[in-house]
Formats: sequence, C-alpha cells, structure tokens
Amino acid sequence: MYLSSIIFAIVFFVAIGMFTRNVRRIIRNIKLGQKTNRSDQKSKRWKHMARIAMGQSKMTVRPIAGFLHIIVYVGFIVINIELLEIIVDGFLGTHRIFSPYLGSTYDVLIATFEIFALLVIIAVSAFWIRRNIMRIRRFLKPEMKGWPKKDADYILYIELVLMFLFLTMNASDYWLQQHPEGQSYYTQAGHFPISSLLTPLFDGMSYATVVTIERTSWWLHIIGILAFLNYLYYSKHLHIILAFPNTFYANLNPLGRFSHSETVANEVKLMMDPSADPYASPAVESEPISFGAADVKDLNRIQLMNAYSCTECGRCTDVCPANQTGKKLSPRKIMMDTRDRLEQVGKQLDRGLAIDDKTLLDHHISREELWACTTCNACVEACPISIDPLSIIMDMRQYLVMEQSSAPSELNAMMSNIENNGAPWPFNQQDRINWINE
Amino acid sequence: MAEMTQKGETPEVLFWVGCAGSFDDRSKKITKAFVDLLQDAKVSFAVLGPEESCTGDPAKRSGNEFLFQMQASTNIEVLNGYEVKKIVTACPHCFNTLKNEYPQLGGHYQVLHHTQFLHQLIEEGRLKVDTKTSYKGKKITFHDPCYLGRANKEYEAPRALIEKLSAELIEMKSCKEKGLCCGAGGAQMFKDAEKGDKEVNIERTEQALDTKPEIIAAGCPFCNAMLHDGVKNKGKEGKVAVLDVAQLLAQTESL
Ligand code: SF4
Ligand code: SF4
Repeated sequence: MYLSSIIFAIVFFVAIGMFTRNVRRIIRNIKLGQKTNRSDQKSKRWKHMARIAMGQSKMTVRPIAGFLHIIVYVGFIVINIELLEIIVDGFLGTHRIFSPYLGSTYDVLIATFEIFALLVIIAVSAFWIRRNIMRIRRFLKPEMKGWPKKDADYILYIELVLMFLFLTMNASDYWLQQHPEGQSYYTQAGHFPISSLLTPLFDGMSYATVVTIERTSWWLHIIGILAFLNYLYYSKHLHIILAFPNTFYANLNPLGRFSHSETVANEVKLMMDPSADPYASPAVESEPISFGAADVKDLNRIQLMNAYSCTECGRCTDVCPANQTGKKLSPRKIMMDTRDRLEQVGKQLDRGLAIDDKTLLDHHISREELWACTTCNACVEACPISIDPLSIIMDMRQYLVMEQSSAPSELNAMMSNIENNGAPWPFNQQDRINWINE
Repeated sequence: MAEMTQKGETPEVLFWVGCAGSFDDRSKKITKAFVDLLQDAKVSFAVLGPEESCTGDPAKRSGNEFLFQMQASTNIEVLNGYEVKKIVTACPHCFNTLKNEYPQLGGHYQVLHHTQFLHQLIEEGRLKVDTKTSYKGKKITFHDPCYLGRANKEYEAPRALIEKLSAELIEMKSCKEKGLCCGAGGAQMFKDAEKGDKEVNIERTEQALDTKPEIIAAGCPFCNAMLHDGVKNKGKEGKVAVLDVAQLLAQTESL
C-alpha cells in the first residue's frame, strides 16, 4: 500500500507544482499591463460576480446552450467533491475513506455524483454535436480554424473520458463489493444508480481482472483530472477559474462611458488656462507619455485578464454588426489575438530573451479590423463573463490617431471640421440656429 | 440662451440640438417636431445656438481623446457659465457624452434623452397626446439606438411613447439589449465602411422590414438617416416611413 501512496504523492505534487508555475506565469504576464484601479464598489462587484459567474445569468440568454452549460458547470462542481475523497484515499492508501463517517449521506452523495456524471455526458455530447454537426455560424468563423477548434473538441473529449472513467471506477467497485473475495477491501459503500447498470459487463471476469479495471480507472481518472488542470493554461478552458475574477473586476459604469484619460485632461487644462505654469509638474514628464495601445504592455491588466478568460464562445462576434455584414472585425478575434501576443511576449520572458518588436497592432490585429467597429457595445453586452473587447479596440484606435495620426482620411476631415467649426461637417457655427427660420 | 440670461430668465431646460439636429435636413425636422412639442407643453427652454459646439463624440469614438476633451472643455465652460442644470437632447450620442463623459471634466448636469423628457411630460399631464389619431392599429417597429439602449439602458421610454399612440408596437428579431446597430456609430457615419458583403444599415433595415411595419421609429438622427437610406435602397420609400418618435408625437398634435 505504501508504494501506491508514494507514487500518488509524486504525481500529485508534480501536477500541482506545474499548475502553480502556470498560474505564476499568467500573473506575471497580466502584470505586464498597465495598472488600473477597479477595487471600488466592492459589494456591487461581489453581487455582479455572483450573478454572472456563479449564477450564469448571461449564459441563459441563449436558452439551449445556457441550459447545457449549467449542467456541466454544476456537475463539475458537484463531482469535484468526490475528488476530495479520491485525493485523501490516494495519500493514505485507503479506499472510500469517507463512507464510514458519512453513513447514508455517503450513499446519497455518490448517487448524486453518478446522476450528474450521466447528465454531463449527455450535455457534453450535445455540445459536440453543436460544434461538429450542426453548422452554428459562430463556431465556423476563420479565427476558429486550427488550434482553437481542436482545443474546443479536446475539452469535450477529456470531459467525456473523465466521466466514463468515473462511472467505470464506480461500476467495477460496485461489482467487487458484491464479490465474496471483495468484502474485506471493497466494503459496501455508496449507492450506484447509473454505474450499477454497467456491472453485467464484468460478469464472467475474474476477481483480479475487475480489481485491475477498478484500479486502472481510479488512477486514470485522477491523473486525467490533474492533467486537465495543467491543460487549462494552454486552453480557452481557463475561464473555469478566471470567469470569477473577470466578472468581479468588470466595468460597472454605463457602457456608454468610455475610458477617460487624465493625462490628456492635464494637457487640455494647460492649453485652456493661459496662466497655468507648464513646468509646474515636471515629474510627470519623466516618462515619455504615449497614448492608446499598440502592444499588450500598453493595455491595462484587466484587459489582459479578459484575454486569458475568453472562452472563444463567439457570442460577441455573433452579435457584432461589422462581423454580421462580412467585415474582418471579430471581437472574439481581438481577445484571442491579445492572448496570443501576450503568450508570445511571455515565452520570450521565460527564455530570458528581449521582447521582439512585433506588436499586437498590425502583426495580429489589422487597422481594417479596428476601423470597422461601430462602438455599439453589442459584444460587451453579449459576453457571458463580462469581457470588454471594445475597450481594446478603442485603445488601439487612440494609438493610431494620437500617436500615428493615421485615421482614415474621411475621419481626419471630420475631425478637422470639429476643430475648425465645431461640427463634424463643414458648416459655419453661426448657422447652427438657422433651422428656426427654415 | 444668451437672450434669456440677459433678461434674467432661467429656462427649465436647455435643449441641446446637436450637430445633426442643427445642420442635417432630415434631422432638422426632428428638431422642429421636438420644439413644437416643447412649446405645446409650455416648457420654457433655451438653445445655445452659435455657442453650441460638437460634444466631441465622433472625435472620442475615433480615438482622438485630445480633440474630444478640447470640445468638452469648451462646451462645459459655456454650460457652466449659464449655470445649466438640466439638458435635453434628441441625439443619443450627445446624450451619452454629456451624461457620462462630461462629469469627469467638470460638467455635471441632469441629462435626458428627448424620449425620456417627453415621457415625463406626458406622465405629468403637461403634454397631451391625442390617441384617436391615425396611428391607431398602425404597425410601428422601434429601432434601439446603441447609445440610448445598451450604453445607457433606456429601452422603455421610447416604447412607452409609441404605445401612447395606440399604435401596434412590433419588435424586431433583435431588439433592446440585442438590438443591432444601424451602422453609424463609432464615427462610421463619417467614413466608408470597411470591405464586407453588406452594409450594416441594409442588414438592420431588412430586420425592420421583416416585421412588415408601416413606420420604422427611431430615436436618433443618425439611425434615422441610416434606416432611411436602407429603406430607399430596398425600394420601399413612400411605403415605409422612417420617423423619430418626436415626429410621431408631433404629427398627432397637428391633427
Ligand atoms: S462594439 Fe465594435 S466589435 Fe463590439 S459588437 Fe459593436 S461593432 Fe462589433
Ligand atoms: S469575449 Fe466573451 S463573448 Fe466573446 S468569445 Fe470571449 S467569452 Fe465569448
């Protein structure tokens, strides 16, 4: 028994160690972004998180996908209670250690886990069908080609395999519990409404074979879960963790209030107030100020966390007027590009290299995409975990206009009209009142 | 406004006409319809006239924070100079900018969209709507302006007004939170669209026409123009009217 405990401990700590390293990387990468303060309105933030992340309120806007997702979400949480026992058993070399303590509650728990396992299998199969057989538009967009598509399918396969392993483990356990030789180790524990249906499969097998099946599925199940934990870092599935901080730090202002720049405000103040002393605050000048964002380091930390949290569900892209009318812009792609670029930068840091001079702008996100946005906020409203692709688009536009003066020429004309005659069209400000007499 | 201040009068509300409402021919009709309603309701109001300048919305949405703040600061100086407390505007872009983006620059006002204000006036009994008019049973669909709807969560005021007309309000397949943009926002109004397979306003107009309406109601001069173009493009001009909610109300007034 001791050998298995040692092996378990090694597997467990290696997996947790790798996971911790990944978490550290994510935090380091997010911290490449600009600081931003969203620690206000704590109670409102908790409520927002409870409603949107825990309560899944935005998921159910699309009832079918929302319902299926809730099954997987609740199933995931519930079945993870069982994980606790598996880990304790693994360390101590015991078997179903909680059963003597919990009595009939244990039976109820195991039965609940099994029912959820079955529901998850059904829901995940439905998800697979939606992704692979039904031609749902948002899953077929160009940015979903290659890895993102595979990632989405892998997650579903892993979940299916884990659920099957869980049920096989229980089924063989139940069979062994009935077996005269099993009485000492496989004590009567748990109620198995689903897996008991599978036990006939083992009839005719020897006791030792079924023990092997039970042990193998037990090990594969826990190793699978630990591997999945480490897969998250490479996957859109990271949202199962990040959805929570992401909704907590969501923008709670009216969506129409775009971000405000204090730096610009100070400059404007200087320009408007002739008596102000331009050298009064030289400290601010020590770092060259740049406006907007060309690369991930110019974005703020919440935007970068958004990028890691994005599940690539495409609800944003589905409602985007630009995307619906065949433009290149896809808010989901904005988030995916941001994450890809951030990962690129992160990998260079891992290797101790200097960061290359590629940027998010142009190398990942084209100007054509940025200028197609109508700033309609449909993407922000649609995102089930409060991601704000529009804020990234706006920051990059700001860079284009304020650092490069490279807006489309019609927009430059519009802006010089505003500058010269206070309206986006070339009309005289004095004529503003002419409508009265027309 | 200047005249009223000279006479020592303080208007109840400042009507922010906006650039479209001042210069664009279609939008001027909205301005006039709204002014008619204000006069009928005996609201004392003022306009800034030549002292009004672009709120800076299209500059900000283009990414020109500097120009936006210059515009905002100039306007705030004027507004604060007249001690303006309450502003009403028929343009959701002006509405949003004044309401949400001016406070950080020192401009604190109570800002209402004209549909909100009109709704208040009716509720208070100051503005009477003749419900026995030709709108009875007419099919009207309402297009949510992004900057009134999603940006500021006002979906009900314009709908309540349409319902007051005893018209039949039919919703498009995407409305309210899910409302599709007309294609003008984010300074798109002032430039050609990027390459795609359709114009946004055509897509939206098709959604509107799917409801088989007699009137497409709008609450924004830009949406109004975009949808009007869309209707023209679909060869439905003369059959389906695109009108601002204020125009709908004002027409009952004159009947
Ligand atoms: S805000 Fe821009 S990116 Fe988002 S849905 Fe609207 S047009 Fe698309
Ligand atoms: S940004 Fe939100 S809505 Fe868009 S793909 Fe990511 S998770 Fe989905």
